[in-house]
Amino acid sequence: MQPGRDPLVWLAVASSTVIVAFILVPLVEMMTQPTMASLKETLMDRDVIRSIRLSMVTSGAAALIALVFGTPLAYLLARHRFPGKKILESIIDLPIMIPHPVVGIALLSIAGRNHPLGRLMQALGLEIMGTVTGLIAVLTFVGLPFYINTAKAGFEEIPPRLEHVSRSLGASAGGTFFRVTLPLAWRHMVVGGIMCMARAVSEFGAVIIVAYHPMVAPVMIYERFTAYGLKYSQPVAVWLILVCLVLFLLMRMISLDRKATA
Amino acid sequence: MIHLHRLSVRLPGFSLKSVDLSIEQGEFFCLLGPTGAGKTLILESVAGIVSIVDGRIIVSGRDVTGLPPEWRGVGIVYQDCALFPHLNVEKNIHYGLRYHNGSNREGRTRCRDLIDRLGLASLLNRSVMTLSGGEKQRVALARALATAPTVLLLDEPLASLDPCFREDIRDLFRSLHRETGLTVLMVTHDFTDAHSLAQRVAILNDGHIEQTGTVDEVFRRPSTAFVADFVGMKNVLPVRVKNGTLSIGALALAMPGENGTHRFAAIRPEHIYLHHAPSGVVSGDGFAGRITAISNQGLLAELAVEASGVTFKTVMLASSLMEMGLRQGAAVDLHIDPADVHLI
Repeated sequence: MQPGRDPLVWLAVASSTVIVAFILVPLVEMMTQPTMASLKETLMDRDVIRSIRLSMVTSGAAALIALVFGTPLAYLLARHRFPGKKILESIIDLPIMIPHPVVGIALLSIAGRNHPLGRLMQALGLEIMGTVTGLIAVLTFVGLPFYINTAKAGFEEIPPRLEHVSRSLGASAGGTFFRVTLPLAWRHMVVGGIMCMARAVSEFGAVIIVAYHPMVAPVMIYERFTAYGLKYSQPVAVWLILVCLVLFLLMRMISLDRKATA
Repeated sequence: MIHLHRLSVRLPGFSLKSVDLSIEQGEFFCLLGPTGAGKTLILESVAGIVSIVDGRIIVSGRDVTGLPPEWRGVGIVYQDCALFPHLNVEKNIHYGLRYHNGSNREGRTRCRDLIDRLGLASLLNRSVMTLSGGEKQRVALARALATAPTVLLLDEPLASLDPCFREDIRDLFRSLHRETGLTVLMVTHDFTDAHSLAQRVAILNDGHIEQTGTVDEVFRRPSTAFVADFVGMKNVLPVRVKNGTLSIGALALAMPGENGTHRFAAIRPEHIYLHHAPSGVVSGDGFAGRITAISNQGLLAELAVEASGVTFKTVMLASSLMEMGLRQGAAVDLHIDPADVHLI
């Protein structure tokens, strides 16, 4: 049967159209509603710029922390079988499942003086409540699973035999990681970082529990919406979306496999 | 040389059971066995890639049991070559040099010689993804030999090659082994590889070695029913031997001088001879049989012949089958030369 006559193809096209429209229509509507004047005015607003910059910096820091601490864990999960591995994988996925205000409350509960960890953090001068540190902590918490799962998939795609051969040729485990594994997995790691950062930028529920101030962009949009209404919140949202779009497109282009696009 | 002493490895659902194996310096040794017998696991144990639970591994007189792979001086070539896809041919070959004084003149000269010897000079700047199977295998071999290992491990290196490349690479292995005098342990399930390359072989089954010996010994005088079946003796039949008479079911075959505890008779299919006997009358030392199945395999036909409740497998030229007018159900006169019967 020709593809054009296959009812399944038509069904797929119809459902795809509905899904794409469902995602795009509200976003396009929101993006096109603000006037150029209001967009320009918002861009001049120091509070807006500061909140978008803070969103980017804290989300970027969360992605970086996920990369540094999540990479060894992702590699361990991709390469080794051990008792309790499924439980560990479920624990890593927990931040995706639990309501995000709960994440904020959970982090605060260990950051107080009643908890040994809280006392240790205070002794080290680390404050969670209402600080950038708290923001980064909460964004790392919600973004980690996205990085770890993507990096793990990347490591799993590399045949272990390449690493075995590298070891037999004289490279240590570390040398093998940096000369074989990393060059083959870095694209997945970058994509994982993008996903982690994207998730962190969009975080709201956990952020308002831990740090309403300093204000990140989603909190700023929420505040503008509740205080002044839709008209004043939309331009901030448009700028946040545009900045994210440019940033993520750039990172995607860097991580794109040249061979795959050839 | 390689000595494995009571080597035991445990994996989920499979284990190597106290394997003892001794491969002499400069020997080309083949490990044969069906899929899942544990051949690659032995190879990877020697390379230090899998953890062993018990036993010792000696490579070139050095106990390497607890050493990481990079300190063992063992080169490995896999069936799929495992070339680094992000490096070109030259970088693949030079990969290990920096860990083996590759910057010195000796290392560079060795690499250049290998590149020339294996005909890789024109491929050096090519991506390994664009190479043919034979080219990949030569690059993998050059990469493994570039570090001057004391032992070379080959994991079914010919299995995925086209037949025309296979013979070339086999010749290459043979001549390189002759020139370098390297100890080689090769895993294969192809008898042709073993026949043309190996001085000795070991047959592996379900994690333990069934038999070790020269190629001729193992193929002619298998010591277990499994090995007999594995080396192509398709008739492995339970027997009783008493006073020079071999009893296979209801059939009796005179084997003067044989007496003892043999439990199986192994007979190659090509050693069972058939004559058409439409009247059912057989010659003095033959058995009356009937063809129960014929399977055509191109030039050869494989036949199943039943005689007094015992089923024998035999082969003959398809043309002979036609000339003799043998068909399924035909009565035949079945002959076995006692000299062709191997008792286990």
